[in-house]
Amino acid sequence: MILELKNVTKQFGGLTAVDNVSFSLPKGQILGLIGPNGAGKTTLFNCISGVYSLTSGQVIFNQQDITDCKPYHAAHLGLARTHQIVRPLNELTVRENVTVGACFGREDHGLVEATRIADEIMEFVGLEERADVLAGSLNVAQKKRLEMARALAARPYLLLLDEVLAGLNLSEVAEMLDTIYQIQEKGISIIMIEHIMHAVMNVSDHVIVLNYGELIAEGTPEAVAENPQVIEAYLGSPELADKLLED
Amino acid sequence: MKTFRSPGLWLTLGIVIVAAGFPLLAGSASLREMMFVVLMSVTLASSLNILLGYTGYVSFGHIVFFGLGGYVGFYTMAELGWNLLPATLAGGVAAAVLAFLLGKSILRLRGAYFALATIGINEALKAFVNNFGPFGGPTGMELHFSVYKNYGGATQALWTTYWGLVLITLLVVLTSFLVKRSKFGLGLMAIREDEDAAEVMGVVAPDAKTWAFVLSAIFPGLIGVLFFFKNGNIEPEDAFRLQLSIEMIVMLMLGGQGTVLGPVIGGATYQRVRGFLLTSPIFKNMQLAVAGLLLLLIVLFIPSGAVGWLRARNDTLRRLLE
Repeated sequence: MILELKNVTKQFGGLTAVDNVSFSLPKGQILGLIGPNGAGKTTLFNCISGVYSLTSGQVIFNQQDITDCKPYHAAHLGLARTHQIVRPLNELTVRENVTVGACFGREDHGLVEATRIADEIMEFVGLEERADVLAGSLNVAQKKRLEMARALAARPYLLLLDEVLAGLNLSEVAEMLDTIYQIQEKGISIIMIEHIMHAVMNVSDHVIVLNYGELIAEGTPEAVAENPQVIEAYLGSPELADKLLED
Repeated sequence: MKTFRSPGLWLTLGIVIVAAGFPLLAGSASLREMMFVVLMSVTLASSLNILLGYTGYVSFGHIVFFGLGGYVGFYTMAELGWNLLPATLAGGVAAAVLAFLLGKSILRLRGAYFALATIGINEALKAFVNNFGPFGGPTGMELHFSVYKNYGGATQALWTTYWGLVLITLLVVLTSFLVKRSKFGLGLMAIREDEDAAEVMGVVAPDAKTWAFVLSAIFPGLIGVLFFFKNGNIEPEDAFRLQLSIEMIVMLMLGGQGTVLGPVIGGATYQRVRGFLLTSPIFKNMQLAVAGLLLLLIVLFIPSGAVGWLRARNDTLRRLLE
């Protein structure tokens, strides 16, 4: 197992944003994390990556307990993530942004080697032509790719993708999915939060569903799409669920 | 080393060396005194740049390191009979230690809260020194004139102090450049742009910020000793002058925060303008008001400062100016 969550709970005052969630992710798999807006998906990412400290529960990453780790410790151990609302380092160039990932990530490279890795990764995600522009001047699709590139530059074992497809047009979605498959082929495990159902259903090996912070279903994409609770909470009508699986 | 082939570094060092050499060529003491103030400003602005320009943390009370360094160094000279060199180093170390302790405690504050805390630290230390017997309390300390005999007389001592300052100015420029080109500097700039995102990417922000703070505190600590040695006496009001702290920020913003050349240009320009205002009958009582207005205009119209503005013009300037 690359990641195990045991009874993870996060409360903000009286609000329970993540409620007793447990699941595990085998190495090399893609896990889809779906649920309605406000279900606690991004909060769960923040709990895993150390941005939030847990109210209770345990996070085991690569046989190590990272429950009380700071985000940078988790990053050093090989956990990388993207942000739903992109957070480019605006006044630095695209190359410098990606170099930060390589410098301070799992492999802890020096500047020269990190810059070389950054060039390699930028080519992989298709940003090489924008390498010397300031990150703030990229468009949305490019910023999403930049988020991904920075995360990949750290050479992580586990990648948390938070809505990398949102706001992209159809051909951009197709390109991004292609990239995600290629990442999986490198042996990197992935958890992805996504609202574009046909994409997440097709890409994921396994899907879990959150609603009001609770895990209400998990299983293969097919099983989850037919789960009555999921249909009621999130998908809407059974016909829609069928249609999604056909795409 | 490829890093050292940067034209921007040599241009900046060249400007400092040429400017610093003028008083020697002219053999003029008044020119030397003028350049002393200019170089001191350049050093203060450059050292603040490491924190404000690279890391994005505004320290309003940065002068506390100048004051503390000055006091500690002065104490070792006046009371313990130390020589200028070890005294200067002691001042730098004292400033660094204070910055390290503060870094561990107040650098977790962000934005305005950090800025306010730094003002508080300066005022607190001023109040402490005012009541601290060994440092002479409110009247401070003074050096006996005979001390200067050890340096070959007062005139020679002033020149020695001046060359010491020139050396420190060159060091701060070099440090500023090396930090900017290093992995450490990249981490600082990542923190400046988005501290949370930087942490998620693995930048150990608490440590990086603390070391940036320490680095930016050492140089004011060193020159504090030189300044008060030259002065011959030290008082709390002179050492912890909040006004100078604000002026450091104006100089840095004027020249261009986050650049190596910027603080040099900004420090020199500001001191020249200030010199003009102080001697002008109309402005002599309101030079601070002019500084405030200047800061306002910079923030509104050229937030990246003179060098930042030039760098954004074209690629040649971007390569040439660091």
